[in-house]
Amino acid sequence: MTTYLLRRLLLMLPVALLVTIGVFMLIHLSPGDPALIILGEDRSPAAIAQVHEQLGLDKPLYVQYFIWLDNIVHGDWGRSVTTHEPVAVAITDRLPATLELGIVALLWSLIVAIPLGTIAAVRRGSLSDQIATGITIAGVSIPNFFIGIVLIFTLSVTLRLFPFGGYVPLTTDPLQSLRHVMLPAIALGTAGAAINMRFTRSSMIEVLNHDYIRTARAKGASWRRVVFVHALKNALIPVVTIVGLQIGGIIEGAVVTETVFTWPGVGRLAVESIFNRDYTVIQGIVLLAAFSYMIANLLVDLVYGWLDPRISYA
Amino acid sequence: MSNAPAIVAAQEPIRRTPVALVDLLRTHRRVTAATALVGMLFLVALLAPVISPHDPLATSPDNSYLPPLSPGHLLGSDELGRDLLSRVLWGARVSLPVAFVAVAVGLFGGGLIGLVSGYAGGLVDLLLMRLMDALLAFPGLILAIAIVAALGPGLRNAMIAIGVVAVPVYARLVRAVMLQLKQMEFVVATRSLGANPLRLIIGHFIPNLLNPVIVQVSLSAGFAILAEATLSFLGLGAQLPTPDWGQMISAGSAFLTNDPWLAIVPGAAISITVYSFNLLGDSLRDALDPRLRS
Repeated sequence: MTTYLLRRLLLMLPVALLVTIGVFMLIHLSPGDPALIILGEDRSPAAIAQVHEQLGLDKPLYVQYFIWLDNIVHGDWGRSVTTHEPVAVAITDRLPATLELGIVALLWSLIVAIPLGTIAAVRRGSLSDQIATGITIAGVSIPNFFIGIVLIFTLSVTLRLFPFGGYVPLTTDPLQSLRHVMLPAIALGTAGAAINMRFTRSSMIEVLNHDYIRTARAKGASWRRVVFVHALKNALIPVVTIVGLQIGGIIEGAVVTETVFTWPGVGRLAVESIFNRDYTVIQGIVLLAAFSYMIANLLVDLVYGWLDPRISYA
Repeated sequence: MSNAPAIVAAQEPIRRTPVALVDLLRTHRRVTAATALVGMLFLVALLAPVISPHDPLATSPDNSYLPPLSPGHLLGSDELGRDLLSRVLWGARVSLPVAFVAVAVGLFGGGLIGLVSGYAGGLVDLLLMRLMDALLAFPGLILAIAIVAALGPGLRNAMIAIGVVAVPVYARLVRAVMLQLKQMEFVVATRSLGANPLRLIIGHFIPNLLNPVIVQVSLSAGFAILAEATLSFLGLGAQLPTPDWGQMISAGSAFLTNDPWLAIVPGAAISITVYSFNLLGDSLRDALDPRLRS
């Protein structure tokens, strides 16, 4: 296991370096002097000269990259052009709201996906299975911003069941926090629910064909017990993979949902930064999103082996 | 693009004929229905100038905020009095070409990388695949947004960005099938008969790659339309006054309290279009994957 982990980390290293090169090049792909892009409004010759010196812009590109990487590794992610606050602080301030939204969305997707996926698998080929398959394709086809708008119109504007927008931190008032997060979480989690349902269904079908299920039935266990106690635990192992990747991709989904619901998270910060041409913040968010995705991938592989001892790390 | 397509290579060389394709449509009802839906969407895009009742850009302040089923405006009109049906029909002329170009960028870029990587193997394969791993390390939409942020908002840059996101997906798919094919007896036999690499690739590898690639093309077309709509909704794709579905939802969401159809109509158009492509990809996978057939 330790050897496997070390090997995976070693393999991740070149990929991580390529990712940082990609994020670094982001600012150099944009037309114009990077110093002017970074400075925004404040374009005094002294400020331009300072940025040139600080980032080594007069040096070769690879030297600039290593200066930038050194800063990143030491926690200096630059400063926001618009607010002048450190990028790392701007992101960490917004992270709790995004994590709350992402986690509730994930829970919502699992609450919907596991029972429906199980029913579809048990009743394979029936009308309910076909409906479930139709729903899964619809779930990944409807844009989450459109789901958000429909939810706002029906549950917030028309029925007034949930408030529209506004974020209440979980630590301030848990109940109010939950009321505010529900609509954006449903909008964000629907596509995930469709994907998880599909995985649960196919995995459950495979598990139900195993010999030990037939043995459990032959020993007189009820169908309900066989499905929910014997089969479900093993059927959920592949679902863990996809859920892990969904955790890694929380920031990606949050970009649009947070914009629709004016949710003060990292996703909305990303969109605001694009319109403000705040490239240092965009770099920080893209880097964070890529690294969370990579780490989630690694963790998923490790958890997978822990859940299923048959998987060898040799 | 989460749905992995079939990557099972055939056990023998594939010789595709028009009769086989007609047979596929005849025997698989879901494929037929999905093909008909996608075909209809292309027809709508093609005939939009003929079938649109109004000019999608023509404003008419006297006719603003008309609800659906109003005389002369079947789906109503927007805040500037522009006919919503005409704008939705013309919107197909934006979304479908964007998807086409983005998928083409991904297919040719990724396909070429996959072919070279799978055929050459060794160091070339290692380097190209690490590069693809780095691209895959970025969540798709984040990568697209980052590219558009760097290149500037607009439809052309959105197409490039979505295409780049698709490149590693095709590269990995094509490489995986290539590795399988290289071990097949008919390939080994053709090689030992002295076939040159170009003949092997064009005559044997590409025809055998078609099944998984066709499935992936329809799935990534759905993703491309969704991504383009998302970028336009955020203001990073199509710019005013282009009649674009994502942008129409964004504009319509400001009038949600009194005129919800302004957002719901284009939202339904995107959903139906993406659904059609996903259904096509899904049904083709079921029909073409020998593992699922058994």
